[in-house]
Amino acid sequence: MSELLQFLLSGVTVGAVYALVALGFTIIYNASDVVNFAQGEFVMLGGMMTVFAYGAGAPLPLAALAAIVATAALGVAMNKLAIETARGAPVVSLVIITIGVSIFIRGGAQLVFDKQIHSFPAFSGDDPLRLWGATILPQSLWVIGGAIAVFVGLWLFFTRTLLGRAVLATSNNRLAAQLVGINTPFVMTLSFALSAGIGALAGVLVTPITLTSYDVGLAFALKGFAAAMLGGMGNPKGALVGGFLLGVLEGLTAGYLSSQYKDAAAFVVILGVLFFLPQGLFGRKSTERV
Amino acid sequence: MKTVLFTTALVALAFPAMAEIKIGASLSSTGPAAFLGDPELKTLEMLVEELNAKGGINGEEISLIAYDDNGDPNKARTFATRLVEDDEVVAIIGGTTTGTTMSILAVTEEAEIPFISLAGAIDIIDPVKPYTFKTPHTDRMACQKIFEDMQKAGISKIGMIAGTDGFGASMQAQCNAAAPTYGIEILAEETYDPKDADMTAQLTKIKSTEGVQAILNPGFGQGPSIVTRNYKQLAIELPFYQSHGVASDGFIELAGADAAEGVRLPGTALLVADLLAADDPQKPVVDGYKAMFEAKTGTPVGTFGGYAHDAFLIMTDAIARAGSAEPAAIRDAIEATSGLAGTTGIYSFTPEDHLGLDLSAFRMLEIRDGKWTLVQ
Repeated sequence: MSELLQFLLSGVTVGAVYALVALGFTIIYNASDVVNFAQGEFVMLGGMMTVFAYGAGAPLPLAALAAIVATAALGVAMNKLAIETARGAPVVSLVIITIGVSIFIRGGAQLVFDKQIHSFPAFSGDDPLRLWGATILPQSLWVIGGAIAVFVGLWLFFTRTLLGRAVLATSNNRLAAQLVGINTPFVMTLSFALSAGIGALAGVLVTPITLTSYDVGLAFALKGFAAAMLGGMGNPKGALVGGFLLGVLEGLTAGYLSSQYKDAAAFVVILGVLFFLPQGLFGRKSTERV
Repeated sequence: MKTVLFTTALVALAFPAMAEIKIGASLSSTGPAAFLGDPELKTLEMLVEELNAKGGINGEEISLIAYDDNGDPNKARTFATRLVEDDEVVAIIGGTTTGTTMSILAVTEEAEIPFISLAGAIDIIDPVKPYTFKTPHTDRMACQKIFEDMQKAGISKIGMIAGTDGFGASMQAQCNAAAPTYGIEILAEETYDPKDADMTAQLTKIKSTEGVQAILNPGFGQGPSIVTRNYKQLAIELPFYQSHGVASDGFIELAGADAAEGVRLPGTALLVADLLAADDPQKPVVDGYKAMFEAKTGTPVGTFGGYAHDAFLIMTDAIARAGSAEPAAIRDAIEATSGLAGTTGIYSFTPEDHLGLDLSAFRMLEIRDGKWTLVQ
């Protein structure tokens, strides 16, 4: 019993990390249909900038805030310099541009920061919480809480605010959105700023658990992308559920089968789901209105 | 006018011939192995500068030609060829990883240029290749050292959790091969991806395996730090062994002094410079390197920079003894190296042994109150 619970808690810890990264994908995807593969680099930047600001003597909350704001600004710059200049290019080209940006950021990070592995103290200490013989770290609760908070925020944003609807409208049909008076360049700028900010927040929350270095972004992006695909790209609910599902799957496979097949089992399930539900668990059906 | 031209030509001709020994290096100072290659490159640059300031070897200056192979074996091969053919170096140091080393040694063996590798795998020097040497211990030796310590503590049944990266997988295989010799039985074996965020599932499984007396974690990078934190999270009481892959102060810092308490691992003298006995033959060289590196870079010394230090020491010692900078003469002199104290251990090469270290080069260390201590 306590073993099963430990496997589940392990899965939830990992899943919360995936969910938080997956949530970052949704906004840019919703605004432009582009899967931003530089999302993992935003996570890395959030962690690394906090480490260095904290190391330079800033209090942790201030360091984290500065890292999030700086990363959001970098997201805006990415949109202005790399995405906007290629306006009109097909989505595939834009996706490839985001891969280029991610390589650029990784290269820049190893020059600006360094090549070592870093961490900073967990927010509420390292003493594990015990639940019926199983344990979880307080920091995991921060990550889970962060993922849920970001999810609620995004859900409210997309369903309850005019701006959120403007983002959805822009992705649906940019020309029509422009015609009804939506400032689409602003929507794009905003969505990159938000995505980058959420990515950086993820980096701040997960670094005490996963540690960080200049090259962690790619692994985050891949697992977060897998979680987002599983749940349904563009849907915050999908990102949240997909992330936790993927994490729990890995935890249970590692516990009951073998850790050797942990990643394989997760991907087999993803393939199975996508085979029957190509849009993912909660993906929107693409309907063409004529 | 004519004389000026003539003199210039003479100077130009005479200059390269006048006292300059070219040593090449191909290191992974960027890329996935950058945290190894970076201190290695800094170490070599620092030592060359220091040696030249002292007047070089037998009055000849050393010039270091270093390339960054990015951890890519294809690039390493290209750079090795360039070093041999265009730069005409007399010897090469490098190969941060086993992959890059294998492609460099293919070139140096053919060109008959002595080559000292800084990578771990036993395949580099087994079977012995005439022109290839290496400075780090093999992972097999690390397994043996750990098993020796377990034997002393009466441990015979263990669990193993290893990273799936090259280092973890290779050492896992070597430990499996070495275990029977020491009467060690591996009851549970788990793995994790080097970028995984949580290993409590694997550790819970090992913990609940009947009869396990200790746990060993061959791994590298951030994985072992996370395993160590999870070990404490699960309150596992069994003795816990890490590998030489994390033998650095950074490991204690990342895992947290609290979680790392009691962890044992085989490390080099460099880590415990302050604890070495005053008459320890490695003491002067370890202290010297540590002081110089830390003053120069402001970062603590690590095992990997130490490998580069030892390679350079062996190389320059051989050139000095050979009295010539001919590749064949250098090779013969390296092979005749005997009792040379480096930071990693005391090197004695023979025609059958191009590693030149034995198990005594490893010191069994234990982390106590966030500091390294020597296990007697």
